[in-house]
This record gives sequence, C-alpha cells and structure tokens, in this order.
Amino acid sequence: MMFAPGNNPAMLQNAGIYGADSIIFDLEDAVSIPEKDAARHLVASALKHFKYPCEVGVRINHISTPWGRDDLECVLASKPDFIRLPKGETADEIKLIDEIISEAEEKHGFAAGSIQMMTAVESPKGLRNAYEMATASPRMMALAIGGEDFVTSLKTTKTKGGRELFTARSMLVFAAREAGVDVIDSVFSDIRDEETFIEEVKLIKELGFDGKSVVNPRQINLVYQVYTPTDKEIEYAQKVLAAYREALERKSGVISLNGKMIDAPMITRAERVLAYAAAVGAYRKEEAL
Amino acid sequence: MSRLLKSAQAGTVESTDILIMLAPADPGAGITVELISPTMQQYGEHIKNLIIKTLASYGVQDAVVHANEKGALDYTIEARIRTAVMRALS
Repeated sequence: MMFAPGNNPAMLQNAGIYGADSIIFDLEDAVSIPEKDAARHLVASALKHFKYPCEVGVRINHISTPWGRDDLECVLASKPDFIRLPKGETADEIKLIDEIISEAEEKHGFAAGSIQMMTAVESPKGLRNAYEMATASPRMMALAIGGEDFVTSLKTTKTKGGRELFTARSMLVFAAREAGVDVIDSVFSDIRDEETFIEEVKLIKELGFDGKSVVNPRQINLVYQVYTPTDKEIEYAQKVLAAYREALERKSGVISLNGKMIDAPMITRAERVLAYAAAVGAYRKEEAL
Repeated sequence: MSRLLKSAQAGTVESTDILIMLAPADPGAGITVELISPTMQQYGEHIKNLIIKTLASYGVQDAVVHANEKGALDYTIEARIRTAVMRALS
C-alpha cells in the first residue's frame, strides 16, 4: 500500500505507475490544515479523471475532526475503492462511516457495499477494540497499525528491531485473523535505510502480516522481494500438494512426503505459498506437479 | 447563479500545478481570464475555456481570474478552480 500526498498533482497523476498493489491518497498527515479543502478537491478530481491499475483508497481525516465529514462527502462522489480511517479506536466510528458511505452510495447510484473500509490502529485503546472495529461493518477489509503514533502513545521510541511494537503487531494479527480481514503493517519512513526496511518486512511477514504500507515507490520492490516465495518454497509447496492429490486418488487417509507426514495445516500453507507466488507472477497454476 | 463574496486563491506554482487567483466582478461583467502558461500557444485556449466552463458549472458568471499555469492537467485545473470558488463563496 503506497501513500501519496493528496495535495500534490504530480504524485496523484503518477501514483499508478510504480506497481503498488494499492494506493492511498492522503488527506490527513500529509496535508496542512489550510489546504485540507484543496486536497480533497484534487483527490476527488483525480479519482474521476484517471483509471488506476490498482485499487485506490483515500485516508480521510478522523471523523471527529472538523474535516472528516467534508472529506467523505467530497471523495465518495468519485467512488474510491476504499476509505481508510486513521486512529481508529471504537466500533461506533466504523459504524458511523459505514452509514455515511451507504448514504453516498445510494445518492450517487453506486452498488450498495461497493466501497470498502479499513482502519489504522494507532493507540492502545484502538488495539483493545481492534476485533470489534474489524467486525463492525461488512465493508471492513483490513486493519493496519500506525507505528509512529502507537510508539508515541506507549511513551517509548522506535528501535531498529521493532521490539517496542512486537506485542501490538502480534495482537493486531490475532484480531485480524479472528475477524477474517487482512492486516497491513506501518510505514517505514527512512527511505535511505533499505537494510533495516528489509529486516522489518521480513519480521512482519513472519508475524503474519499480509503486506506493508510504504511512503516511497523505491520501497515497493523491496516488499515484493521479501514476500515473493523462493523457488525452493514453491517447489516444496508443489510437492506437498502433489502428495495430497495422490493420497486423495488412493483414498488414503495418510499423506507422506519423503517420509514426513503431511497434515491439513501444511496443505493450507502450501496453497498460500502458491497463491502468493501466482499473485506476483512467480508461478502459474498449470505448472502444478 | 453564484456571486463571489471575496477574492480567493488556490493551487501553487509548483510543476504540474496551477495557481488560480479569483476575484469578484460587477454583475454582467462576465468572466475575464488572464493566463500565464509555458504552453500558451498549444493549450492556452483550451485552459481558458476549461476555466470558464468550470466556473460556469458552479454558477459563477462574473469574475476576474489570474491563472499561472505550470503544466497542470485538466483534473488539476478543475480542482483548483473548485477550491478557489468555494473559498470565494465562504
């Protein structure tokens, strides 16, 4: 998920060319208070004029601020794929935005439920209510963690290894998995420090995150590098699934590969590896063993 | 019809943007557009027409517009006019 500042015409018109899976036009932190109106007008206009090659969302200002409702009213008319709420803390906020989106869909003749939602969790209260927020609306597609604000609310600082966020990240993954939505990690703002960025992407992949937010196009390929399964992983997944199919044909309840028992979770993981590989073009289904 | 209440501006002189300065004009005066653009010969008329058309879509019939264009696409010009109109009406 790549952020682009909402009041920058060059970045809005070029945002689709870098290969991100998802773009978020930012009306919140990247826009100064006097330019909030200009940014929402520009984002709404860009959404109307351009057909982007990926899903496009808008990060609005929080619904409790003087700008949140105006952001929604303006950009929903241009039908973004999703709305991202910053600093989500309660299910009531999600329900309120859901209602506003429903009204806009009806007003503008969009299919009911066609605009999705996600929220960033940036405080302990938000983390405690993460599952309730993720299940507060059928529009909810993902939870994200806003690392900078979260670290600040903990009264600590960011470390290279991310120890301070380990518990919060893990708890957010639990909430998202229980709710059945995706979970996206925070941005890493030092774009020159690729080594630490890659280490962080490896960490969040291991924790179970589905992806990472990025602030610069240079970071997109680095995320792909980490998330693309290796040839070895793809080959092993293919072998697991081939052994599973063979056992099904033999009507055998016991599946083994190279003397090691294969059980249901391993099959699920193998399917996920191939799905990831297919999503990034590293594998085609007809290549199945 | 919308009558502008005050002068307002929107946009910047950054590359790919346009700075719009909008001022009220007497009723019946129409819309006057003064445009500065590096692509005046190729797109000058198009930009002026787009500015007038966008102002008309908000019901503005009388206004003086100073526009300093720096390679803005249509979507930017429309958005900056919208912002300037909303600011001039508030």
